[in-house]
Amino acid sequence: MNETRAQPDRIIELRGVSKRFGSQVVLNRVDLAVQRGSVTVIIGRSGTGKSVLLKHIVGLLRPDEGEVHYEGRRVDQFSERDFKAVRREVSFVFQLNALFDSMSVAENVAFPMQELWSGRRSRREIAELADQALEMVGMEGSQSKRPADLSGGEKKRVALARAIALDPPPKVILYDEPTAGLDPQRADVINKLIRKLQHEYHVTSVVVTHDMKSAREVGDRVLMLHDARFLADGTPEEVLVSKVDQVRRFVQGLAEPEDLASLTEE
Amino acid sequence: MTDLLGNFGRFCLFSLSAVLYAPATLGHPRGWARLVPQAFAIGTKSVPVIMLTGAFVGMVLVEQGWSQFDAANLSDRLGAIVNISVAAELGPVLAGVMLAGRVGGALTAELGTMNVTEQLLALRAMGTDPVHYLVTPRFLACVLLTPILTCYADVMGALGAWLVFAAVHGGDSTAYWKYTQEVVQIWDVGTGLVKAAFFGAAIGLIACYKGFHCRGGAQGVGRACTESFVASFIAILILDYFLNVVVNQFYLQAYGPRSLI
Repeated sequence: MNETRAQPDRIIELRGVSKRFGSQVVLNRVDLAVQRGSVTVIIGRSGTGKSVLLKHIVGLLRPDEGEVHYEGRRVDQFSERDFKAVRREVSFVFQLNALFDSMSVAENVAFPMQELWSGRRSRREIAELADQALEMVGMEGSQSKRPADLSGGEKKRVALARAIALDPPPKVILYDEPTAGLDPQRADVINKLIRKLQHEYHVTSVVVTHDMKSAREVGDRVLMLHDARFLADGTPEEVLVSKVDQVRRFVQGLAEPEDLASLTEE
Repeated sequence: MTDLLGNFGRFCLFSLSAVLYAPATLGHPRGWARLVPQAFAIGTKSVPVIMLTGAFVGMVLVEQGWSQFDAANLSDRLGAIVNISVAAELGPVLAGVMLAGRVGGALTAELGTMNVTEQLLALRAMGTDPVHYLVTPRFLACVLLTPILTCYADVMGALGAWLVFAAVHGGDSTAYWKYTQEVVQIWDVGTGLVKAAFFGAAIGLIACYKGFHCRGGAQGVGRACTESFVASFIAILILDYFLNVVVNQFYLQAYGPRSLI
């Protein structure tokens, strides 16, 4: 803990985190330190444990080994009750959006604020903040729609609005594939939104993505997760010119030879 | 076996957590705001099917018993026997079974879908306990509504039985209601309703637990719904037996044995 206090810029820190599901090792002694106010991008092939890593930060999964620290406190041993305090400072944008089907768009976006402020702020105030957040992601006018009436991209934008709709904005936002399913122009809006939250509100972001354009645009630092460990770590420019074969293939979108083997076999 | 015990242990902890949140839900307007829509969905939409079930159970019992009771010249007493069976046993059990299918399946499907689409995780990630937010209102709605729906089954059972007794077999209506009134005591109706509350609790908790723990997309949700119904049905029968043992012992201690005919 003293070590972390000596480095207050590290808002999130994973130390030697390992996670297995049955016999499958998803994370193997992974270390990660996220600087306050930075945008950290984690890239990697599907199924390499990027989402699993994000979930450890807010205690949705607990490590088999290792430690998770938030704001200088070790949190991986927190009870669900104790974790609430962390979760109210850290927003999570889920890969599947996780919008509540039974609620309208406006109710979805207002939900975390109602839970957090529980009667301390008026409904009108919360509704206004929800409207502002929807406007930021280009979803104004869809307050009364149900998630089932939205396209995949629209759902993604509502999920983003729900994550940012707090006053002041959350300290940390964890994005799991924020631009997946969006057209390039909408994806660009989301990239700029992530940057805007960083510049204007000093929000720390951890972004898990496959989208190399997005990684390049938003990332202060890019890490690549491969075979349960980080294979690359550097600025977007450094990672883009990496000499490591797996990293080079991933950033250039080239298939691995073994993946192509089945196509070439006659 | 270890897996079964582990599963049962997890179910017990899950149930305890849902029950412990009950005072917080009942003591807060926001808790009632979640409870009332659940009660509405469980209650009003189940009334027709429960009434139909109750009515036909009463009708069938009279149809089955008439020839025997008539041969023994005891047909006037048939209504009392049918009504005590419905009030103390068949009303709550069949209402429970109907609700396990209609409500239990729907609850498991709803929560299971929320589970596989990460909505339960999203609630946790926002610092909201999904058991408090989702399970306790549904559990309370089942506990409160099953006895009320059992009343409908009881009343319709008595009316259905009377209809077949009087209109089909030409029984004496005055005797039907007189003996029913003499034999069926508040105790019988009351214990039936208490049992119904236990069945409601079992249905709500099992359905929510199965929804919260299903895996594997749409197929997993479908499997969880089936498991939920089967587990609720078995739980109702087991609970019914043990509650009857307790209730009968209590009655014998308090009032002594009684004859129904």
